Amino acid sequence: MTLTDLTLTEARDGLRQRRFSSRELTEAHLAAIEALNPRLNAFITVTAERARTQADAADAAFARGDAGPLAGLPIAIKDLFCTKGVRTTAGSDILGPFVPPYESTVSGNLLRDGAVMLGKANMDEFAMGSSNMTSAYGAVENPWKRRQDREAVLVPGGSSGGSAASVAARLALGATATDTGGSIRQPASFCGIAGIKPTYGRCSRWGIVAFASSLDQAGPVARTVRDCAALLRSMAGHDARDSTSVDCPVPDYEAACSRGVKGLRIGVPREYRADGMPGEIDTLWQQGLAWLRDAGAETIDVSLPHTKYGLATYYIVAPAECSSNLARYDGVRFGLREGAEDLTDLYERTRARGFGAEVKRRVLIGTYVLSAGYYDAYYLKAQKVRALILRDFTDAFQRVDALLTPTAPSAAFAQGENMDDPIKMYLNDVFTVPASMAGVPGMSVPGGLDANGLPLGLQVIGRPFDEETVFAVAAAIERAAGFSHRPAIRAGNGA
Amino acid sequence: MSLDPATVRRIARLARIRVEESELGRLQGELNGILGWIEQLNEVDVTGVEPLTGVAQVALKMRPDAVTDGGMADEVLANAPQRAGGFFAVPKVVE
Repeated sequence: MTLTDLTLTEARDGLRQRRFSSRELTEAHLAAIEALNPRLNAFITVTAERARTQADAADAAFARGDAGPLAGLPIAIKDLFCTKGVRTTAGSDILGPFVPPYESTVSGNLLRDGAVMLGKANMDEFAMGSSNMTSAYGAVENPWKRRQDREAVLVPGGSSGGSAASVAARLALGATATDTGGSIRQPASFCGIAGIKPTYGRCSRWGIVAFASSLDQAGPVARTVRDCAALLRSMAGHDARDSTSVDCPVPDYEAACSRGVKGLRIGVPREYRADGMPGEIDTLWQQGLAWLRDAGAETIDVSLPHTKYGLATYYIVAPAECSSNLARYDGVRFGLREGAEDLTDLYERTRARGFGAEVKRRVLIGTYVLSAGYYDAYYLKAQKVRALILRDFTDAFQRVDALLTPTAPSAAFAQGENMDDPIKMYLNDVFTVPASMAGVPGMSVPGGLDANGLPLGLQVIGRPFDEETVFAVAAAIERAAGFSHRPAIRAGNGA
Repeated sequence: MSLDPATVRRIARLARIRVEESELGRLQGELNGILGWIEQLNEVDVTGVEPLTGVAQVALKMRPDAVTDGGMADEVLANAPQRAGGFFAVPKVVE
């Protein structure tokens, strides 16, 4: 048995049956990280000693009989979650020296339930990107390879690229991620794993470095739908320190994975077809719908007429919020400081040196759309279109229980591709952004491979706070797809 | 609407990001590209639509207005690039 090939819930059951120890499981993952991280660059920081200590504590808890629901399971934490005493960079130079004196609620919930933190996962700077190419700590290599072009180094997607790559390559059983416009779902699709963005408000944002506060939401990535369900149950829950976190019970998501889809009505939004989208993505979408019909669901054509305006709306709202949130990086209280003559010069030089090109672009766009004279034309207008996007979903959910769409308009692309024009990169999120704007839950599940042997994901979108139906539908697709392909680069197979 | 170099300079100043003269042209092109693409929203009729500020679907909770935390100046200052005693230190602001 190769411990790194177990799914998170298989490993959990093995630990409970005392077939192996958390220390053994953790050492296997640390060895995999040591072997492959120099190439993949999925971790910015590896916390090996801390992981061993947590693993030993989990083994002691098993011996005492009071182990938590995730006891002893080694996972990666996206470097956007503040971790007490462990450097947290958000993928940015401006937070290079930052060591939080507190723990984010979500990572704290996972530690409370016994999870073992292997380290901090690489990501696009401040979660702004769809390729992990904007990280100040270097690009992440997608562990999958094109059949016809094995030399090409592919991107893992973004912004949670390190989280997705580490899980796909079996360096971690699961990982935390965050999603503002697709940053959980698109990398999950590119790396052949599952990932869910829950309903806005399901997970506390406290201690997560803020990007766009009305959109940011934490969620898990893992190799199976059930693994995501186990992780989300621990991550979710009300937190008095985040006023937008919702005080409602967290259901047993794993139970929902076994529900089946009999009698469910699945909507097929006709607007989810992008120009130049490969035919095999459309074919996989039709296949996914057929799988759900075979499992007893009914599929119904629906319209989400404002889908095409989702991205443009997003690229007003998200930069506006980021320009406000990132105002705190001023070189005074934490992070990088660039020496200067006076205070204004200090701010300007610190931010010029500390922020990368994509972050600067978004801060500048956000500053402009919020500036006097332009606020109504851009920001207010975008908020009104956002209301129409939400209305589209509300109307559709009168008729259907969930929606099925492709996750992304392409498979993973190579490093350097889509880099010449920011808008080309933005188009990656065309199918994920609308659910973000509406705050509804969305999950990507691997459906199959394209002709190049690269994974393609399908997206299940559900009603607000009905993650259970999302898990039920995603699990049904997972069962029907029988996706058992593994990436070329993975623990025990360094090729 | 198209941004001229002076407007790019003004926005950068508002955002407190130093932009060198040599970067202005490239930034102007990129920002105008993005803003031009955003213009597609002009074709959406939003008459009578209330703006949506967020999707949190519950009323904000009330809590007692009480001090619940504090007394951790050292932790707060631990990440300061420069400190002077119990204070953040910055270049001289007032002569």
